[in-house]
Amino acid sequence: MAVSAFRWCRRQWVARNTGVMTISPGPDGPAITLAGITKRYGTRPVVSDVSLAIPAGETFALLGPNGAGKSTTVGMLTGTVRPSAGHTSVLGTDPLRATRAWKSRVGVVRQKTGEPGPYTVAELVGHFAALYPNPRSPEEVIAAVGLGSHAGSRVGKLSGGQQRRVDVALGIIGSPEVLFLDEPTTGFDPAARHQFWGLIESLQAEGTTILLTTHYLEEAARLAHRAGVIAGGELVAVDTIDGLGGPEARTPVVSWRDEGGVRRRARTHAPSAFVAELLAETGGEPAELTVVRPTLEDIYLDLIAEGADADADTDADADTDTDAAAAGTNTTNTNTNTNTTTTTTNTTTTNTAAHPTATRAEEPAA
Amino acid sequence: MNTPTTSKADKADQAAQPAQPPQPTQAGPARKPPHPLPGILRTGARRAAFEIRGYFRAGDTVFFTFLFPVMMLVIFSAAFSSQGNIGTAADGSGGVSIATYYMTGMLAAGMLLSGTQGLGIDIAVEKSEGTLARLGASPLSPVSYFIGKFGQVLVTGTVQAALILLVARFAFGVELPSEPGRWLTFAWVFLLGTAVAALLGVALSAVPRTGKSATAVVLPPVLILQFISGVYLQFSMLPEWLQNIASVFPLRWMAQGMRAAFLPEVFATAEPAGEWGLGLVCAVLVGWLIAGVALSALTFRWSRRS
Repeated sequence: MAVSAFRWCRRQWVARNTGVMTISPGPDGPAITLAGITKRYGTRPVVSDVSLAIPAGETFALLGPNGAGKSTTVGMLTGTVRPSAGHTSVLGTDPLRATRAWKSRVGVVRQKTGEPGPYTVAELVGHFAALYPNPRSPEEVIAAVGLGSHAGSRVGKLSGGQQRRVDVALGIIGSPEVLFLDEPTTGFDPAARHQFWGLIESLQAEGTTILLTTHYLEEAARLAHRAGVIAGGELVAVDTIDGLGGPEARTPVVSWRDEGGVRRRARTHAPSAFVAELLAETGGEPAELTVVRPTLEDIYLDLIAEGADADADTDADADTDTDAAAAGTNTTNTNTNTNTTTTTTNTTTTNTAAHPTATRAEEPAA
Repeated sequence: MNTPTTSKADKADQAAQPAQPPQPTQAGPARKPPHPLPGILRTGARRAAFEIRGYFRAGDTVFFTFLFPVMMLVIFSAAFSSQGNIGTAADGSGGVSIATYYMTGMLAAGMLLSGTQGLGIDIAVEKSEGTLARLGASPLSPVSYFIGKFGQVLVTGTVQAALILLVARFAFGVELPSEPGRWLTFAWVFLLGTAVAALLGVALSAVPRTGKSATAVVLPPVLILQFISGVYLQFSMLPEWLQNIASVFPLRWMAQGMRAAFLPEVFATAEPAGEWGLGLVCAVLVGWLIAGVALSALTFRWSRRS
């Protein structure tokens, strides 16, 4: 009793100090709230002081490398992991005090899900439908996840990607108002992934609040209204997909090989003017010239590199991937900003630290 | 719900473009009015049917849990059939065939196997494989879950007992009693014993840390109990100290109850107390029932909450 009384007091304290109500948030309050949550295993923090509010109807993507704390965060929101500190609320309820009624409104697709047992797809989905007060039609859900022709097959005989679709079917069968999807498309082939996106869009149209973790950034970009990047257990960025990383993160990068054969890169808001200048200077076509607007993936890699305290391995990965992206064909140039702003292109440094200089500051790329 | 089969997702060219996510909206189509949660008993019955279907599809459990006592009955009865009856009086009268004696033991063993071994391994594996966590995320009541498990044990255990009786009767010519009172004794010992065995299985399922270790944790106590409780070895032949240890556990009393139901009255004198002692059988089993409910309620979790 003393322990739970203490926990209650602490929750009230945390709630007051984070401005988050532990009482029902009302119809317009956030569907999902995390207030200063921390999870430690022993002394090792897995999630550190994460605060976030996700309004009803929003799809929020939680991005981050393996072991960043995504699944632990989802676990704290679904009642399977007890936060070491802080408070979570889903549909106005502490997930640790989940009632059956609450569970009927919350769908969960865990990263690791169970063995299916000796049942067919139709048996398993139909059985789960019977556990909920407002189930969807099992036939429709099976068709929606693309298993219509496998409804009579034993789940255990399906491929990994197909079994994952059964997991998704079981997560949405109860018409949840809030849906947690922890890397739902792992093992999906491209066609299945596209079909899944269509399914999620139909759930969004119904007003479902969705928290999605994924490693596929195009998936986050396609589905999510906002995204958060979690690295080393800390939420290092939260923004709309287009705003992630700050305005400077999308500054186009001009890349070429100079006369000495050294690869050079420069960030500029006026890449065409820059290229013209470059052309005049070198007097010929610069070798391997590209103009690239950093993709979401580049920005994401920057963010997690910052979050990971410049871990050596991560740096190497980030550089490699950035170079790969620079060699791509995505050559956009729409920025009309006349002030040529360049920053260093080293992916380990902060993008937002812009150095407004009149001349280009080129430097060898990694 | 909208099926995405005709959605734009099917067009591959959409993929290359950065998404233009829809704006968050509160004004989705109106949700269905809230329905009450499905009833606990009805869902429990549904779970039982689902569990039974799954039980008979898993070949290994059917073999090692369901058919095992039947096979042991066949093996023991055939192996010792040349030794003649046991418990015969000095004048050669009375006594029962080996098959009759082992039938009572196998009925008791069947309860322990279907209940304790079956559920103990089953739930531990479900826990480690994540099946329980998935059920725990649904609005399924634990009560419905256990109605399903106990329903499955009751149905499979009853079929198993019927199979043992049929094999004993028709393969080994065991004479089954005609007095209703003996069948009544069988019925309550079977129901009470099965319930106790199932609860012990639930409690035992909390011990293994992984599904792989479930068999290693559950099998030894089940096997040892069978040897010291008069299932494979005649209880009256065991030393007193071993009898005393066995008497702490329910299997000894389940086996004694089965002997009371199926063996002639004269065998009562071979029991340690010199009588069937059905009152004590009932008391011990009810005690274990209460302990089993308490243990299960204390130890059962949908998942290990970290």
